[in-house]
Amino acid sequence: MKIDRRLFFKVLGATGASVALGTSLKAAPRKQEEKEVEFYGVLYDSTRCVGCQTCEFSCAEAHGLPEPSGAPEAGVIRKINEKNRTVVNVYKTSRGDVFVKTQCMHCSQPACVAACLTQAMQKTKEGSVIWRGEKCMGCRYCMVSCPFDVPKFEYHSANPVIQKCTMCYDRLKEGKIPACVENCPNQALMFGTRRELIKEGHKRIVENPDQYVDYIYGEQEAGGTAFLYLSPVPFHELGFNTHIQKTSYPELSKGFLYSVPSIFVLLPPILLGIYDATKNKNKEEENE
Amino acid sequence: MSKIDITAAKYSGDRPTWKFFMSELKPKGKWLTPFNIISIPIMILGLILIVIRFWKGLGSITNLTQEVPWGLWIGFDVVTGVAFAGGAYVITFMVYILNMHKYHSIVRVVVLNGFLAYLFYAGALVLDLGRPWHVINPIIGNSFGTNSVLFLVAWHFLLYMIAQLIEFSPAVAEWLGARRALKILSGMTLVAVIFGITLSTLHQSGLGALYLMAKGKIHPLWYSEFIPILFFVSSIFAGLSMVIFEGSLSYKVFFQQISEKNQKSHHGIIHGLAKICALTMFAYFSLQVLIFIHGQNWSLLNTGMGRWFLLEMIGFVVVPMVLYFYSYRRNNIFLIKLASILTMLGIILNRLNVTIIGFNWDAAVRYVPSWMEIVVTLAVIFTEIWVFRWVVNRMPVLRELPFVVKKEKLITG
Repeated sequence: MKIDRRLFFKVLGATGASVALGTSLKAAPRKQEEKEVEFYGVLYDSTRCVGCQTCEFSCAEAHGLPEPSGAPEAGVIRKINEKNRTVVNVYKTSRGDVFVKTQCMHCSQPACVAACLTQAMQKTKEGSVIWRGEKCMGCRYCMVSCPFDVPKFEYHSANPVIQKCTMCYDRLKEGKIPACVENCPNQALMFGTRRELIKEGHKRIVENPDQYVDYIYGEQEAGGTAFLYLSPVPFHELGFNTHIQKTSYPELSKGFLYSVPSIFVLLPPILLGIYDATKNKNKEEENE
Repeated sequence: MSKIDITAAKYSGDRPTWKFFMSELKPKGKWLTPFNIISIPIMILGLILIVIRFWKGLGSITNLTQEVPWGLWIGFDVVTGVAFAGGAYVITFMVYILNMHKYHSIVRVVVLNGFLAYLFYAGALVLDLGRPWHVINPIIGNSFGTNSVLFLVAWHFLLYMIAQLIEFSPAVAEWLGARRALKILSGMTLVAVIFGITLSTLHQSGLGALYLMAKGKIHPLWYSEFIPILFFVSSIFAGLSMVIFEGSLSYKVFFQQISEKNQKSHHGIIHGLAKICALTMFAYFSLQVLIFIHGQNWSLLNTGMGRWFLLEMIGFVVVPMVLYFYSYRRNNIFLIKLASILTMLGIILNRLNVTIIGFNWDAAVRYVPSWMEIVVTLAVIFTEIWVFRWVVNRMPVLRELPFVVKKEKLITG
């Protein structure tokens, strides 16, 4: 038997439909990058932070979250959770106590956005990574993927939300700056475009080489993040994950995703070919 | 289920349709079997727990944490369950694409098993969703997260379930005595098979690819850029071991339904599958060795996790592989079954190591599933077995109806 025309078209149709699906996979990643839009960011200078927790309180107030409990204490690491989008911790280091603020890093190419199958996680053109409840189905793949373990899930709610820093996206749209930056009494936080902030960071390092280590955490981590950190001591002393790769995380699954259309194009005709070949062989054997 | 009248199972035109369905819904055979006595309380308890879960949130019955957001329901039910369901695409490949007629008698039961596994284990995913009312978002509407591996996996689950349903539909048509539908549906089998194999290749590996972005969170002995390939290759022998195991059980439980000819071919089929398992396991083990050497992780072997890794690789890959080779040479069916059980334990171990045990392995608080998560998992498995039993006792899955012979020619001839 030859592959009859009808069967051929059936396989062709099925393949075509899947290729259409496959190519849409290919086209989507990183649309934002094509338009030259400046991402905003925040520069955090740990040498200026005094651990007053004003950022924590103003964040809770701005987003209607419960008032933060506890205070920075050496040896105790408070974590961001489904009730706190940001926390300040203190670390005993070779150069005394140093405070560190933790929140979403707002990666330039976020793993959580690439992971999200409903586009609930979104990198806005302003640079915020935001979560949209009307799309999210609560699969928590964003939490599995985030290298900084930022998205937090309300396990004790029947209508749970993902809690994370949005760089005060609603305030940005109104032309305001993030609540934590606005209320910081010691200018430890600075808001601006990511490009300006990197320049500013390097300027501070060059002007006061004794005060800082010559490194901006976030300039390269995970392919670049919007939150940038200056520190007087090496970052591993401050509990930072220094094993974060320097290229973006979505890059890790890109190869797999790109192979999908090829397999959809190649495999069905090969299978059809094998089917036909073995079919004829069996017939011949029967005839002999 | 000692006496089953084959002719009564068929729908005949002179009875009203609803009466036929009502009579088919009734249980056949004895009620108080040991299996029923164990499974019914667990299924009821599972149902109560599921109600609590949707009422009070995931945290009310699971031990999931912010560090380990995917627990037993994903790591075991979905990731491991789908690997075990891999038998369907391998067997359909052998029977419909390679035309190996020897295995034809098990195609239906394997496809039914695969379909039910996807329906229940991938369906268990809905229990794990925090906001399940949006589950429709990636399928319709403008919320296509097309750059997500999970998007791909979700679509493939859905499409593959449709393909499997088409592959199985001739059995339903025979049950209902719908000859015209049978002819049409049988004609669609080959297309469904080709489409199904392609989908399986991609989502079996896709389940591994889900964890590619968790670099640094998964223990380096289990993380590599080759996770997708490892998941794909292991799904072949995981699925076939399940076919051997489940086939042996069905052979005992549903013995009366299996025709004499197929009873005789049973050992030959298991024997053949053992060899395929042995060879694919050899390929899998070689890949693991290559990846291990390439990863330069020698220093990690002498840690607790390293010994755990060696246990998995030697105890549950090399040992069952050698056992498969040996029992194949000796034609020892008992040892083949033993090897299949060891292999399945190895697959469970491997999938749990990637998804739970090796995931954030250095976190301060470890995730250990709660008894309630385990009960829900068992309830899902038991429900699947109940549906499987219901279908096998009614539709021509293991037994052959008189006109099946004609239909076979229609597909293959």
